[in-house]
Amino acid sequence: MVKDQEFLKSKASYCLDLAKKMGATDASVTVGHSISETVNFRNKSLEASDRSDGLALSIETYLGKRRSSISSSNLLYENIKTLIEKCFETTKITPEDEFNSLPEKDLLAKQISSLNLYDETRFENDKKIKYLKDLEEAASSNKQIINTESSFTENKSNFILANSYGFCDGYKTSSFTTSCVTVAKDENSMERDYEFSSKRHLSDIKQASDLGNKAAKQTIRKLSPNKIGSEKISIIFDKRISKGMLSVFASAISASAIARGTSFLKGKIDQQVFANSINVIDKPDIIKGMGSQNFDSEGVNSNTIQLVENGILKNYLVDTYNGKKLNLKSNGRSGGTTNLYFENGNITYEDLLKKNSKSLYITETIGHGSNLVTGDYSVGATGFLVEDGEFKYPVNEITIAGNFKDMFKNITLANDLEFEYSVNSPTMMIEGMTVAGK
Amino acid sequence: MSNFFNKSDLTRQDADKLVSETLNNCDDGELYLEESKSESILLDDNKIKSSNYSSDLGFGFRAISNEVVAYSYSNEISKDSLKNSSENLKSTLKSIKGTYNHEIPKSNKKFYKDINPIEQKTLNSKLEVLNKVNEFLRKKDASVKQVTASFAGEQKSIEIIRSGGESLTDVRPLIRFNVSVMLEKNGRKETGVYGIGGRQSYDDYLKNDNWKNVCEEAYRIASVNLESKPAPAGEMKVVLGPGWPAILIHEAIGHGLEGDFNRKKTSAFHDLMGEKVASEGVTIVDDGTIDNRRGSLTIDDEGTPTERTVLIENGILKNFMQDRHNARLMNTKSTGSGRRENYRHIVLPRMRNTMMLSGNQTQDEMIKFVDKGIFAVSFGGGQVDITSGKFVFNCTEAYEINNGKIGSPIKGATLIGDGPSILKEVSMVGNDMMLDPGIGTCGKAGQGVPVGVAQPSILIDKMTVGGTKL
Repeated sequence: MVKDQEFLKSKASYCLDLAKKMGATDASVTVGHSISETVNFRNKSLEASDRSDGLALSIETYLGKRRSSISSSNLLYENIKTLIEKCFETTKITPEDEFNSLPEKDLLAKQISSLNLYDETRFENDKKIKYLKDLEEAASSNKQIINTESSFTENKSNFILANSYGFCDGYKTSSFTTSCVTVAKDENSMERDYEFSSKRHLSDIKQASDLGNKAAKQTIRKLSPNKIGSEKISIIFDKRISKGMLSVFASAISASAIARGTSFLKGKIDQQVFANSINVIDKPDIIKGMGSQNFDSEGVNSNTIQLVENGILKNYLVDTYNGKKLNLKSNGRSGGTTNLYFENGNITYEDLLKKNSKSLYITETIGHGSNLVTGDYSVGATGFLVEDGEFKYPVNEITIAGNFKDMFKNITLANDLEFEYSVNSPTMMIEGMTVAGK
Repeated sequence: MSNFFNKSDLTRQDADKLVSETLNNCDDGELYLEESKSESILLDDNKIKSSNYSSDLGFGFRAISNEVVAYSYSNEISKDSLKNSSENLKSTLKSIKGTYNHEIPKSNKKFYKDINPIEQKTLNSKLEVLNKVNEFLRKKDASVKQVTASFAGEQKSIEIIRSGGESLTDVRPLIRFNVSVMLEKNGRKETGVYGIGGRQSYDDYLKNDNWKNVCEEAYRIASVNLESKPAPAGEMKVVLGPGWPAILIHEAIGHGLEGDFNRKKTSAFHDLMGEKVASEGVTIVDDGTIDNRRGSLTIDDEGTPTERTVLIENGILKNFMQDRHNARLMNTKSTGSGRRENYRHIVLPRMRNTMMLSGNQTQDEMIKFVDKGIFAVSFGGGQVDITSGKFVFNCTEAYEINNGKIGSPIKGATLIGDGPSILKEVSMVGNDMMLDPGIGTCGKAGQGVPVGVAQPSILIDKMTVGGTKL
């Protein structure tokens, strides 16, 4: 069983009291406990099981404007005491930083509403095994699939965040995640693809056979790929890739990147950064949402924020420290976005495919080719050539490149948004990018 | 060396007994105990931004029966906790009828000292170096807009208890010093990053004001990039510089030669043992035995002494990298490549220091041979799809080559290639093999482990460069 609120609270207040006693002017503590169980399957039989049970503690101590932190997994009182002593000694010799402080008191979350983020259902390992068996049976019933690997993870967590302003709150969350990787082979090539489902509640997880079949179909259609020539071509990003564009955008508008001057979106508030049909929203209070939260990692209340309105950048993601540097109030985004999404566009998926006589549909990218300072983007890609709305043949060993500043302004979104993950996007088309191939 | 039993109600005798009892009839397995102490100190934006110390303690209990691995970890070292784990393993494996393999090779060699680098340098003197770095770079010229510098240090103590009570131990120091600088000139911003590190004390790396060389290198890379032009797009010849660019070998070849992917036949290399996979003259080894290197290990995380494993010899595929589990299932021996990020993770076969050995050509000869292509000197990260064999990596410093001469610097571009065929495109191997500066971390299945790479300059006849200029 995951440790209850009382246990975590007692550890947290012990830490706060001790830090105060040693002379810390302020302190903040997070104590968490997490239990997770994973079963791994391969080719329809059990391959591994893994159980983890972990406590984690992190403490920040302040001496005026001096701050330092420690973290540990060892919650024995004797160890905590040694660590807090060490932390406070370090704080004393760390230079002052005028922006160091706990969040403003009146920004701290006051009321915690239930977002239904915890499902206490136990899905025993035997049931996980049955689920994965069904999943892999379905996947390998497809001819050409030569290898299947799948896993099911059940996680239950609880945490308490407490600080010397008297804030002390936390809540349980759960997640159930299943994924499947399949390998297909024909006389020309061997390809791999995947599908997964991750939910707060067990009952929302996809059907095992649907997941297996989907992974298999996505893999088989990649067989016998071609390499295409180098050219400028309109690119359509499958939903699982288009959401990555939002993650890049989120990193580029974090107050830390803005304050440091290392973002291509610095100074762009109230300016056009996306095509004028684009709206981006971060909504923390979606019931059962994978990214939902009552408050951020500093205890600051988080509300829904419209980050982009009709293509115009409206807000950064602000935490206390960087907010002070920028002269902005924290908007409860220490730790990043919550449930981030593009609003739907007004064209169907089918019409998006048909919009140009020829386009490249991308289903996977590899590499770390996003430069947030310059906005330059260049990654390896695999996908399909689409002609007149029809998938013609698979394509691989190519790269796609552009600059986010131009790419964001050339986005067209379909109207097929679904709330599956913590970051969600409809299918996306970007015109004017370069493909490098033959 | 950590004593894992002095603060617990669990005695070594209890642990030995429970391990032997649990692993009875299993094919393999062990109790892995780990204590780590780590620090990170970061200077950013003219200030000491953070100073963090962390301590971690825990165990991972593994039982293997035929192909099934059962694993359970906890950060509470106690009688109850170990018993719970044992029950959990037994319930997963149900019917077990294996024979425990007691054999584990021994070696007296050690590749680093039992030091705690964190304690070997005072916090004040670390802060002093970081402030000097900031001052030194900001004084250079007005284009310097941002400086980030950091220290990261760690000491990890491990003990492996096998069935029958055999115990194997190791103490592993590791440090890293990193500098990043952002320049802005004529409205353009570019970053340069450089770092050094390994398994010695901070001062072994920083003596003779070596931090200045790290600053100069980061500044030089950023300056070069300020002048960069859009990179070309398409297939062309590529000359790779020596040292760190060997992450190409790591991504393109290394991962595909790890035992697990080959046992499962998901690697593009699984049926190529003994075959020609590279040009003549290409020899690649994975070596865990180089003194004080980031990727070196005295013993791996299963207790096997590491070794120098020849992967490709003169173009022919000779060996895969193995941990005990995959080795047993493939009827071969562990190569001392069983690694894990920490006690929270299962062991996987991983790389250590992956190196292409020197040939006899010079870098000049390679450049002269290229009509149109690029010269890549440094890279950021890379990634591979081991099934299709396609891999990428990102240039952080590269130049065009026109008619045998190095031309303008080009913007960061991704290079993409095909693992099983790329080494056949290597047409020249340089005489200038160099080790990387000690900064690599390799990710696999969500686990990061420190690794090293090395190579001489090489000429690749055909690769796709992912620029924007057609």
